[in-house]
Amino acid sequence: MKKVSKPRNLTTPLSQDVIASLRAGDECLITGEIIGARDQAHRLMFEMISRGEELPFELSGSIIYYVGPTQARPGQIIGSAGPTTSSRMDFCTPLLLSMGLKGMIGKGNRSEDVRRAIVKHKAVYFAAPGGLGALLGGCVVSSTVIYGEELGPEAIRLLSVEDMPVVVVNDILGGDMYEDGKLLYRKVL
Amino acid sequence: MREVAAKTIIDTTAALCQKANYHLPDDVLHAISDATRRERSYLGRKALEMISQNAEIAAQGNRPICQDCGAATFFVELGSEVRVVGMTLDEALNAGTRKGYLEGYLRTSMVYDPLLRNNSGDNTPPSVHIVSTPGDAIRIRFMPKGAGSDNVSKIAMLSPSDGIEGIKETVIKCVDEAGAKPCPPITVGIGIGGTVDTCVALAKKALFRRLGSEHNDLVYRNLEKNLYDAVNRLGIGPLGFGGTVTALAVHIEARPCHIASLPVAVNLQCHAFRRAEAVI
Repeated sequence: MKKVSKPRNLTTPLSQDVIASLRAGDECLITGEIIGARDQAHRLMFEMISRGEELPFELSGSIIYYVGPTQARPGQIIGSAGPTTSSRMDFCTPLLLSMGLKGMIGKGNRSEDVRRAIVKHKAVYFAAPGGLGALLGGCVVSSTVIYGEELGPEAIRLLSVEDMPVVVVNDILGGDMYEDGKLLYRKVL
Repeated sequence: MREVAAKTIIDTTAALCQKANYHLPDDVLHAISDATRRERSYLGRKALEMISQNAEIAAQGNRPICQDCGAATFFVELGSEVRVVGMTLDEALNAGTRKGYLEGYLRTSMVYDPLLRNNSGDNTPPSVHIVSTPGDAIRIRFMPKGAGSDNVSKIAMLSPSDGIEGIKETVIKCVDEAGAKPCPPITVGIGIGGTVDTCVALAKKALFRRLGSEHNDLVYRNLEKNLYDAVNRLGIGPLGFGGTVTALAVHIEARPCHIASLPVAVNLQCHAFRRAEAVI
């Protein structure tokens, strides 16, 4: 990929028009509120939805960041806060997308079910740079635990981020940055 | 018999946990900047530049390199002429892990029971491998092993007739399927031989070798080179964004095995290749 265009600035919540304009491989900087939730949070959300209970945040239009940060030092907003592997959340993602979730931020490829649901519900999956928790922690300007304090790093958080660097992985047309990127440089028979 | 107080082990262990999680070793930093020069994809180079930038931020000491501060993993060489006084070596490593992670603001990522999944709150217990060695020194090598890369590891109990081709196929398939998940550029740790249990430990042990070093044995040196070229042809690239640098190195550890077996284990290591060691 020989792109040198400047990253796009995105502000959450993302409008349907903005989501529709995003393409696999686009570099973006996200600013605004996102929800931090990973493994245990997804198991809990799945159970709440099964029981017909309300979720602790407004799912419709939201973006979930798969993150379990390190503990903040005194006076710090958050510690290291990079993405975790998204595929562990695949079991729950098509359901959340059907209920209005509009975006996910994580790392690694998604299942076929998730990719199909992204197209069907016109959503977007971004990759944040994995293993760069120190850098990404610096993009978080506020962090509040909104559910499951006892889960420690796995609690559900309302995060406010500024210029968080991400790349579009899956877009509404079925594009896949991981597949495209790999095929460009693959030299395997 | 030399005696070492348990407190010495605890303090040393705690310092290793913190050093590894905030400071990438020199060989890793060099390998990343070399890779930045080699990488041909734009997004790949950008990813590598961010990796170096992240290492600089972490080294300031406020935020660990990665939020996954790993499962604490120790490989210890315990001299036969030295003993730990006050508690067992395992207990001391446990206490040192607790101290290091809690005082270093490192994430506690261990659940006490794999099914109940309640966080142990102090990142204990560590994973510990102890071997006895001659002399009166204790060498502690530490690695915080992230789950993203550990989760995509593989063990294959091949048939001896599968030979080198079978090994190559197992390794390449493992790296290809892992894709972006283990946070490339990766280092590929491979164990060949032993039994099912020792083979997996060999794969992890192989990761401790310094990047840029060569295997002593020509056969394995060639196999490492061969596999290194093969996995870098997969196109996965830095962070899986596509590119020419998928792996920084391939390290093999081999040991004798049963006449009926050819075990192969692959343990992948993310670019946040954190490790530290001390000799007491």
